[in-house]
Amino acid sequence: MWFFASNTIANLEERKIASGFGFLGREAGFEIGESAFLRYGAADTYARALVVGLTNTLAVALIGIVLATGLGTTIGLSRLSRNFLLRNFAAAYVEFMRNVPLLVQLFFWYAVITEGMPGPREALSPLPGVFISNRGIFFPTFSSAPELQGFNFTGGAVLTPEFAALLIGLTTYTAAFIAEIVRAGVLAVDRGQTEAAHALGLSRPQTTRLVVLPQALRVIVPPMTSQYLNLTKNSSLAVAIGYPDLVSIANTTMNQTGQAIEGIATIMAVYLTISLSISAFMNWYNAHVAMR
Amino acid sequence: MRWLRDNFFGGWASGVFTVVLILLLWKTLPPFIDWAFLDAIWKPDPKACRAAEGACWGFIAEKHRFILFGTYPYELHWRPAIATVLLIGLWVFSAFRRFWRWWLASVWLLGLTAIGVLMWGGVFGMRYVENERWGGMILTLLLTTFGLAFAFPLSILLALGRRSDMPVIRALCIGYIELIRGVPLISLLFMASVMLPLFLPSGVSIDKLLRAQIAMILFAAAYLAEVVRGGLQAIPRGQYDAAHALALPYWRRTCLIILPQALRISVPPLVNTFIAFFKDTSLVLIIGLFDLLSTIKVSIQDRAWTGFGVEAYLFASLVYFAFCTAMSRYSRSFEHR
Amino acid sequence: MIEMIKVSKWFAAFQALKEVDLAVGRGEKVVVCGPSGSGKSTLIRLVNRLEAHQEGRVIVDGVELTDDPRTIDTVRREVGMVFQSFNLFPHLTVLENLTLAPVWVKHVPRKEAEETARELLARVRIPEQADKYPSQLSGGQQQRVAIARALCMRPKLMLFDEPTSALDPEMIKEVLDVMVELAREGMTMMVVTHEMGFAKTVADRVVFMDGGRVVEAAPPAEFFGAPKTDRARLFLSQVLGH
Repeated sequence: MWFFASNTIANLEERKIASGFGFLGREAGFEIGESAFLRYGAADTYARALVVGLTNTLAVALIGIVLATGLGTTIGLSRLSRNFLLRNFAAAYVEFMRNVPLLVQLFFWYAVITEGMPGPREALSPLPGVFISNRGIFFPTFSSAPELQGFNFTGGAVLTPEFAALLIGLTTYTAAFIAEIVRAGVLAVDRGQTEAAHALGLSRPQTTRLVVLPQALRVIVPPMTSQYLNLTKNSSLAVAIGYPDLVSIANTTMNQTGQAIEGIATIMAVYLTISLSISAFMNWYNAHVAMR
Repeated sequence: MRWLRDNFFGGWASGVFTVVLILLLWKTLPPFIDWAFLDAIWKPDPKACRAAEGACWGFIAEKHRFILFGTYPYELHWRPAIATVLLIGLWVFSAFRRFWRWWLASVWLLGLTAIGVLMWGGVFGMRYVENERWGGMILTLLLTTFGLAFAFPLSILLALGRRSDMPVIRALCIGYIELIRGVPLISLLFMASVMLPLFLPSGVSIDKLLRAQIAMILFAAAYLAEVVRGGLQAIPRGQYDAAHALALPYWRRTCLIILPQALRISVPPLVNTFIAFFKDTSLVLIIGLFDLLSTIKVSIQDRAWTGFGVEAYLFASLVYFAFCTAMSRYSRSFEHR
Repeated sequence: MIEMIKVSKWFAAFQALKEVDLAVGRGEKVVVCGPSGSGKSTLIRLVNRLEAHQEGRVIVDGVELTDDPRTIDTVRREVGMVFQSFNLFPHLTVLENLTLAPVWVKHVPRKEAEETARELLARVRIPEQADKYPSQLSGGQQQRVAIARALCMRPKLMLFDEPTSALDPEMIKEVLDVMVELAREGMTMMVVTHEMGFAKTVADRVVFMDGGRVVEAAPPAEFFGAPKTDRARLFLSQVLGH
């Protein structure tokens, strides 16, 4: 242990790298492409930059979790459908998404948006006020609507290609895993339960809603929370497509200050906190809501 | 007839789905087939590609050697080619249950040495090729193989340690597993690539590939440990009781009775973890190593071939999909025994 | 009440039922017995379409069972079933188990359903268990709840698929007592069981099945006293022997 520590100290001195978290108070000097909640400018501190990164991570993670749950549950239930087409579409979806690395999928979506979509002047407009172009997806907010000015849109709100690619990639990828969890949960419910429900005259939708799903949920929640955690961790791949999440910004910070140890420690501490909180929640859930 | 009716028009909702899905297929499949096959350009001609409506697969024809072998010297490509075949062969060979004997380990040792000799060279008159020049498919396969080869025994130790009666060992194992599983792989790769050099005396350096490999091993070990732990927990209590009753010492008990059973039960989730690990090797792109995904990405950064990202990543998807699907089918065949 | 005419059923290549004819009249109590694999469970599950027949006709209370979901629904509302493995809903209390179907299928107002439920729980002699969960009850109690649950739908006909086979011996009697009472009150019943004592007490007819066919059918006195076929004789010697 001492061997490593002494080497580290020597190396840091040699490269004139500072130690400690003092750098957090210094001016960052770089711009951040987008920020979900906070305002930020190059004159703000590193600390603020990192916080912006964190909020960006949380933004994409939370929206991703909600969307992935919806999509995943739909696909999972579709896998159990009696309709041949629905069943096999869903199965093909799951099989494909689970066997291709997430990074490949992120690059793919990014390429689709930046290469496949038309420029702002020929933007697609599926709904009034919503424009899809290779500069991003523009949609109206309560206060303003996007308008074409010159080569780009102004006004309204925008999903940057980076955010959109990350969100779509994370959602579609995680949904495949959630689909399998939902399917396994429903299958785990004893056949006799559906038989008894049918014998009592309950219809198929009633049986699913009143008898099967409540029991399936207990089996589904633990692995589902695991997937939520995976989605959050996977959002760190943002660094590969240029979305300024926590890892991205920490990376830039590390490059500028040279303080790699502090930077990585920060990243790990944040993610560890998130993971342990979710684990704690799951333990609580198992203890209090477990199958009676 | 009845099958058709039940499966396509079982209820009014089912009928609606059938109609909608067929409509969707009708509208998207023909245009896609046009784009991907009929109008596509297969020749390595960038001008034709840009002029055409269809997909451009020409870059594969032009760049396939780079994609498969990275920056390995062009005239020596036969060496990584044989190494790749050998490596895939080793995996396929190990997939057959009847080869699961002690001599399998020696087969692997021989195989890996042969691969090492082929890749590095320097003996038998073959030119030495430093591992900075390795890339593409062989790099992905090597990272996966060595990653799993070292992580697996480590994971068994971790799993056993987690169930240990000694509080220090138990705490260390739990701490390690929870730490690694709680952070993203990318942070571990950063740690290896940036922090590891700081820990060593100046002048000593570990090359990049090794750093990445170490990070991947540490990562895999934690996840595999949880799978093995599941297997250990799934063995009926009676087995432990019987082993204790026979008065066998700890390691003998564990190696002869407990582990064989635990591992046998764990094969499906283990293979699933292997598949996930194979996919995770793609992340080394971020720290500058030239794995398969990286070579594909770089191949379209060539001025002549920019702008064909969609084709490039579809191609990448297909390659990974082929490998991963094969492995997952294999894993599923175990569940039917 | 039930008419089965030349009913045959296959599971893939295996023929489970071979041209079975059976009729159960209103108020009649029919016990179906036979060695395992004889098709008796399959037969009883045809009555409420938990299994579907491929050949022949099944008519329940005048309604012929076909693939048409409406016929199936109609029949299931009038037929109650009790299973070997109880199949109570574990996430609901006993009372909720009983009121679920009346409320959601027959659209009975909740209060009324609960009153009926409590009445029936009293009839099966476990009124105090209303707010417990199934896992807190013994096997015998659970099966009695299952009987009450089926009765809450006020069925015209009750099916019992080996109701006591999964119970510990000391609990069999409490369930059989409830079934005997039900029989005495005039319920039409079709019971698959190994409990020959019950058959002797309550059955109007005993139907013996083997290899997917009805081998013998007779009133209990005749069946137990003077079985006509060798197979029936063999079966009886095995079942009653110990």
